[in-house]
Amino acid sequence: MSDSRNEAEAKGAAASKPPLDPHLKALENEAIHIFREVAAEFERPVMLYSIGKDSSVLLHLARKAFHPGRIPFPLLHVNTGWKFAEMISFRDEIVKRYDLDLIEHINPRGAAENVTPFTHGSARYTDIMKTEALRHALDAGKYDAAFGGARRDEEASRAKERIYSFRTPDHRWDPRNQRPELWNIYNGMISRGESVRAFPLSNWTEVDIWRYIQAENIPIVPLYFAEKRPYVERDGMMILAEDPRLELLPGETKQEGLIRFRTLGCFPLTGAIRSAATTLDDIISELETATVSERQGRAIDRDQSGSMEKKKREGYF
Amino acid sequence: MTASATATVSAFPAVETERVTRDTRPLRLITCGSVDDGKSTLIGRLLWDTKAVKEDQAATLQRDSSGKQNDLGLPDFALLLDGLQAEREQGITIDVAYRYFSTDRRSFIVADTPGHEQYTRNMATGASTADLAVLLVDARTGILEQTRRHATIATLMGIRQFVLAVNKIDLTGYDRARFDEISHEFKELALSLGVKQITAIPVSALKGENVVYDGRASMPWYEGPTLVETLEKATARSNQTVGFRLPVQRVSRPGESFRGYQGTVAGGAVKPGDSVVVLPSGMVANVKQIVTFDLVRNAAVGGDAITLVLDRQVDVSRGDMIVSIDSQPMTGRSFDAQLVALQPDGIEPGKRYWLKSGSRRQRVSVAPASQLDLKNGNWTATDKLAMNAIGKVALSFDEQAVFDTYEQNRTTGAFILIDPDTHNTVAGGMITGRHSELGGIHKGDERVILSLPADLADRLMATEIFASRRHDAEVRHTNAGRAAEILADLDE
Ligand SMILES: Nc1nc2c(ncn2[C@@H]2O[C@H](COP(=O)(O)OP(=O)(O)OP(=O)(O)O)[C@@H](O)[C@H]2O)c(=O)[nH]1
Ligand SMILES: [Mg+2]
Repeated sequence: MSDSRNEAEAKGAAASKPPLDPHLKALENEAIHIFREVAAEFERPVMLYSIGKDSSVLLHLARKAFHPGRIPFPLLHVNTGWKFAEMISFRDEIVKRYDLDLIEHINPRGAAENVTPFTHGSARYTDIMKTEALRHALDAGKYDAAFGGARRDEEASRAKERIYSFRTPDHRWDPRNQRPELWNIYNGMISRGESVRAFPLSNWTEVDIWRYIQAENIPIVPLYFAEKRPYVERDGMMILAEDPRLELLPGETKQEGLIRFRTLGCFPLTGAIRSAATTLDDIISELETATVSERQGRAIDRDQSGSMEKKKREGYF
Repeated sequence: MTASATATVSAFPAVETERVTRDTRPLRLITCGSVDDGKSTLIGRLLWDTKAVKEDQAATLQRDSSGKQNDLGLPDFALLLDGLQAEREQGITIDVAYRYFSTDRRSFIVADTPGHEQYTRNMATGASTADLAVLLVDARTGILEQTRRHATIATLMGIRQFVLAVNKIDLTGYDRARFDEISHEFKELALSLGVKQITAIPVSALKGENVVYDGRASMPWYEGPTLVETLEKATARSNQTVGFRLPVQRVSRPGESFRGYQGTVAGGAVKPGDSVVVLPSGMVANVKQIVTFDLVRNAAVGGDAITLVLDRQVDVSRGDMIVSIDSQPMTGRSFDAQLVALQPDGIEPGKRYWLKSGSRRQRVSVAPASQLDLKNGNWTATDKLAMNAIGKVALSFDEQAVFDTYEQNRTTGAFILIDPDTHNTVAGGMITGRHSELGGIHKGDERVILSLPADLADRLMATEIFASRRHDAEVRHTNAGRAAEILADLDE
């Protein structure tokens, strides 16, 4: 891991580690509470693990919540086959290091029908390889609760979502009829086939995530840090040009520059930003003066206003 | 954007050392009031003027506002909050939106709640965790029944700080007399609800006057604080502490040698060596260790998510509460509570619900006793609560229940009711006290049993004197023959 912090160091730091500031502490307490509540009330919980910074924080909180025991549920990675290579190697190392149960699911239609972000367009591709894949994976595991790392500050329809987000047997979200969710009393009662998506990071902002990663020494994929990397410009985005499957279109040239990623997903759909931020301090100060939101780099959210809500109604996280 | 917590600390006077730690948490606030009073516009404006809106979001807002532009040519700030398609289509708020913003002095979590009566449940959702409520009133229409409903629900849920935003003041020609009139009426309402901390501010949410920037240019007569200045000075809710409370969420047994009770401290503090009681069983033990991921701690306080290890083998399971031995909550099978009915079926008399409080879920039957009349603030007798009604109820449990009053502890005194058929959350409630089996309605020793024709009884019960003491009376419907039998029995 280029983050170069290992467990031993983190542990060693624990004794001298300054206490978390009260704001982060409150967020951490809330998340741990949610983890424990879901684990106690549901029969088959699972945690969606997407390898990004939010997932890394989520995983760290899960380990804290169940310490000194193991995390009492598996992690599910819905892979598309188009993730950044560094994400996959990071994932495998984390699974080994923390002794996690990881389930990987790739929609077989991807290979069978050759569904790619290049041939099918981002909307259709996301539909099949992410939304449909997620539904299948959740059905296959008969999971009745799935943790996700979504935050309310990410997007306007997320801002409306409950911490326990109720889903019908076909995984639909009905934003007009959400259950009231008062205090920190969560209603975990569901009927057969229904399920709940639980969001322990609901009240975290992007800056909170980074400040927490820093305070807790949480390992993250090195792609978040600036480095000289090859890229091509496409549809106004800088696409990482490392994967041999990326074919240059007429007029495109491979360039190189100091870039990093604010969010991570499928490499052909995730735009990099120009940045010289090589440390967490750099990232945080860059963020505090950022003039655009993190979602800007994601093709999936730009398709149309309200596209996230539409996807969620269809079962997307 | 996010102010660092240390900056917040220094913004508070050093004398209040105890408060300082507490107030570095973000202030949680809600906006409430009637439909179209401008709640979402106000929060949108607040986000805009505190630079919480990024360039790409601003561009989206400009695009989405086109065609819907107001006469001032300003963007429709409400669209920053009304993120659901149905909301955008109808131009109303349906569900709560949670937003995060900060100034140099403090960070805030704001819940923008809907004004429509139909969506009162979503307003209650937002109010349950708020420290402060910003009540909006349209300067042209003044205080409406919905304003009263929201002010009442906010108070029931423990909010003791109100900001009255007399909005759309631009549409009254910045009429000072109108502002004074509404503020006066509102202060009376708030005082009748027991709220003393009220700041009234004339505001134009749309134009951004007295929100973040002052409105002196148009309202030289107003010399008070802007909305954001008021929020920066407000206090966060304290977790009233009557004694240590740990609702047990789960028992952690990673191996034979370790047994820990996991949960979030719901009040008070604990340290190794403290004597505790497990409720409802009543078994006593001492605290051996407080385990967290980072280190073994020497104390834990309200809000901390911990794992507690006791010094002896006792039977503890999820739903139990571990409490300090010298300051225990109430236990019993019947309690009095106030609640807000949140679903179309209301609360039906005698129906058995699931009640969830802390980590405990148990069966309960609910007997509504009276309902709040929002027009005059009186409680009138009833045995059924319709949707959005605020009522007093008696709760009866099959098994021992454990509560504090909501007044004393906002966690161990709060509960939700769940419909056993639909599994939906149908009410949010607050415990007001124990309804002891022999106390309560049976405590006055001398009783009179009357047998009356039903219509006469109805008229009697509709009188004010009866309604005001509805709690003290028992009423059963039966037929004349059976009533005669019962009375005959008594004569023996
Ligand atoms: N002139 C003027 N118009 C305003 C002001 N504040 C809000 N409005 C307008 O009032 C209308 C309703 O505003 P919203 O913010 O949607 O009202 P709301 O209270 O959030 O409504 P609900 O959430 O549906 O209850 C919009 O057309 C706003 O542009 C103001 O200060 N001045
Ligand atoms: Mg609104």
